[in-house]
Amino acid sequence: MRAAPRLVLLSLLAVLVLLPYVWMISVSLKPRSEVFQATLSLIPKDFAAVQNYGRVLREIPIGRYLLNGVFVCGSILAFQLAFAIPAGYALAKLRFRGRGVMFAMILLGLLVPAHVPAIPLYIAAANAGLLNTYTALIAPFTISVFGIFLFRQFFRAMPDELLQAGRVDGMNEASVMLRVALPNAWPAATAFAIFSVVAHWSDLFWPLIVINEGALYTPALGVLWFRAEEAGDDYGALMAAAVLVTAPLVAAFLLAQRRFIEGMTMSGMKG
Amino acid sequence: MSERAGFGEALAGWLLTGPAILAYLAMLLIPTLAVVVLAFTDFELGMPGFHWVGLDNFSELLTDHGMRTSVRNTALYVALVTPASILAGLGLALLIEAGSRGKVFFRAVFFLPVVSLMVAMATAWQYLLHPTIGPVNAWLALFGIAGPNWLGSSDWVLVSLGLIGVWENAGFNMVLVLAGLTAIPRELYAAAEVDGAAGPWARFRLVTWPLLGPTMLLVTTITTIRAIRTFDSIATLTQGGPNKASEMIVWTIYQEGFSYLRMGYAAALTVVFLVVVLAIMLVQTRLIEKRTHYS
Amino acid sequence: MGGIVIEGAKRSYGAVEALKGVSLTIAPGEFLALVGPSGCGKTTLMRAVAGLEPLDAGRVLFGAEEVTRRRAADRDVAMVFQNYALYPHLTVFQNIAVPLVMRRLNAWQRLPLLGPMLSRAAREGIAADVRAAAESLAVGHLLARKPGQLSGGQRQRVALGRAIVRRPRVFLMDEPLSNLDAALRTETRRELVELHRRVGAATIYVTHDQSEAMTMADRVAVMMAGEILQVATPEAIYADPADLRVASFIGSPRINLLPAESGPDGLVRVGGWSTGLVAPGAATFAVRPEALVPGPEGLPAVLEHVEFLGDSLLLHARHEASGAPLVARLEPQARKSLERGQALHLRPLHGLVFSADGRRCPALARTSALV
Repeated sequence: MRAAPRLVLLSLLAVLVLLPYVWMISVSLKPRSEVFQATLSLIPKDFAAVQNYGRVLREIPIGRYLLNGVFVCGSILAFQLAFAIPAGYALAKLRFRGRGVMFAMILLGLLVPAHVPAIPLYIAAANAGLLNTYTALIAPFTISVFGIFLFRQFFRAMPDELLQAGRVDGMNEASVMLRVALPNAWPAATAFAIFSVVAHWSDLFWPLIVINEGALYTPALGVLWFRAEEAGDDYGALMAAAVLVTAPLVAAFLLAQRRFIEGMTMSGMKG
Repeated sequence: MSERAGFGEALAGWLLTGPAILAYLAMLLIPTLAVVVLAFTDFELGMPGFHWVGLDNFSELLTDHGMRTSVRNTALYVALVTPASILAGLGLALLIEAGSRGKVFFRAVFFLPVVSLMVAMATAWQYLLHPTIGPVNAWLALFGIAGPNWLGSSDWVLVSLGLIGVWENAGFNMVLVLAGLTAIPRELYAAAEVDGAAGPWARFRLVTWPLLGPTMLLVTTITTIRAIRTFDSIATLTQGGPNKASEMIVWTIYQEGFSYLRMGYAAALTVVFLVVVLAIMLVQTRLIEKRTHYS
Repeated sequence: MGGIVIEGAKRSYGAVEALKGVSLTIAPGEFLALVGPSGCGKTTLMRAVAGLEPLDAGRVLFGAEEVTRRRAADRDVAMVFQNYALYPHLTVFQNIAVPLVMRRLNAWQRLPLLGPMLSRAAREGIAADVRAAAESLAVGHLLARKPGQLSGGQRQRVALGRAIVRRPRVFLMDEPLSNLDAALRTETRRELVELHRRVGAATIYVTHDQSEAMTMADRVAVMMAGEILQVATPEAIYADPADLRVASFIGSPRINLLPAESGPDGLVRVGGWSTGLVAPGAATFAVRPEALVPGPEGLPAVLEHVEFLGDSLLLHARHEASGAPLVARLEPQARKSLERGQALHLRPLHGLVFSADGRRCPALARTSALV
């Protein structure tokens, strides 16, 4: 294809995809009066950024929501890595009874969407008095079957000679894993981390189920609540809130584009 | 290898997998089995005890009008979003690969929805699609078209959610297709040209499409399952309304289970959901096995 | 059948000039080997002939017909790729049939279900040609297999089959043997020469392996840094290289190079020892290993190492005056009289003289030191 038509077509499609972002930002800068004119003008006549963003920052603890999001996603990721890396390593490189059964269980687990175990987990959390706690937000996701699978595949591709060399040098199994296998697992860990954080930063289903206390809201819950209860028809403030919760991950993506795309492509496995 | 070393290795294996397996049992396997068990009870949270009700929940699913609407809506939504977002993903990927300029830029732009908080973006879409103040209808008005009440009318709501779904999924599919495209050896295109495949279409038919087969199958499965799971946009924008016109399966599970606390019934619906997902994956695996022509 | 004419072909990628105005003529039915180190532009030149790579300047002609602006699909060339480039989803039969299907059937006739009904006769003709090509390459029994189920050698034959099935007027091969193991490679060389004789098309054979080029080709073109340095028969390239780079690229072990200078009388000397050749402006004296013999006089050297090859002996020594390494190829019986560290004289039987810019200097023998 010649260069010009391709670029024109791509640009048109890009504009289409960017439409909600552009309007989100535009409206977040407009005063109420302009928001309600059905106008196609993107640039506000009067800038109302201060009012809109001010209202968000004043009325809802958006910083708290973002911190909750960071804490929850970070904890989930830490647990997932702590469980998945050793398990993936053992399934890939060690021979022991029951390995086959375990791997079969992992593969089976890959087929189950996260929504399926939600009801019993909710009942368990309710009975244990764990609703409206960070534990309830984090615990169900501490295990990532996909993570185990991913690390198993990654370690399988790692040459045995590398580990044998460690054993010959007198390391035990734990040191071989920690000092030889682990330092070489960064590419898989980065990709998995991106996949995990994107998935849980955006998750709405589970937080909506177990949390109804403002102090524990994740960014997604915060926006949902602000939209339903507070903002009313104040679209300017609503869009300001939307910008604030969307920005962190989008900014991270723009900074490390290639890694994000690699990480998310790999997660294609999971679906 | 000596027996001692073998034992040491087995012990290490168990120690390293142990925590993961325990968490797996507690958070995934047992709850999943429990859902199946619950589906045969009338368990409701807050009520003391429960009764075995056999297949009652499932027969209610079959007769319940709301449930039929939900399943039909899900099917319609999937039928709309899956092909459209796959074609969009394929088209974008081919368009990006067709030249050299702007590759990284456009790839990033189209991928943006994947890393954006859906709740926030749905809110932005709500403004765009607002019947009176929304820019979409304002733009249509320029051509003398009176735009519909996108999210507020039961005729349009699924289409509108579908549009948002395509917007959300196209970039993801594009990235998967791009990965598939880069795996096709450049030499094959050169060979195709020398062999007489003159135009882009002939080369697409001879090389790209057949070699993209496994990727497209994967993309189809992923997109179908992602579409079935749609929840965020419904929870944010329509709550299943108006008039249940946007009720879809996961939203219904949420409503029945966590708003009405009818756990047994919601569990039965979850089982149906799981079976559908498993069936799709089974079909995919079968098809992949059938076309293992290259190794 | 016509030959191939390349005139002033230029191609650059950014600041890198891959082809610096290359001209080359391949006679009808000729087998020309294009040899050079990797990155010298030989593959670019071949792809330009195929129509896969546009030229910035210059022309390509097949016979009298200019094809410079013509697409690969319309050039009627066949090409064997280094990694064979077989379509992995098609059977051997379908792979070999592709060029015929693309040329003999129109878009409608190529449609999956409808097509065969519209083109029965054409398809029968294609099937017959495919079988004939496959039989001639001894892959007739593999027609139903997919490339993934074939060995390297079989894949290579299928790739050849796909190339010859349409009787092309130009036949291009891009390192077709480099993915085969050593034993199979030598065997296949002979078969490729045989095949070329049968097909009779003007052939360009790209390789980085000078021994392949020397053994197979009618003529060899040596290419370096985007330029063709010399085109000649293998014998002439070996015995009479026009350029220092050609001399050192062709031949194994490498030709010996010694710093030299011409005296006021024009006599070429190497570290004080007179070569007996007269050539003004000499900078390098080159001598093939088989042309060096130990004797009572010659280049003074110290023996460092002896390599026994069975049919011959390689003697590695160091030239005393310049410290340059010297390799001589001797009869295997010569071994007994040699030991490490021994001082000896190596007498060149004949040698080549090059100027400082690497060009060959015409040299006359003045004395009988050189025969």
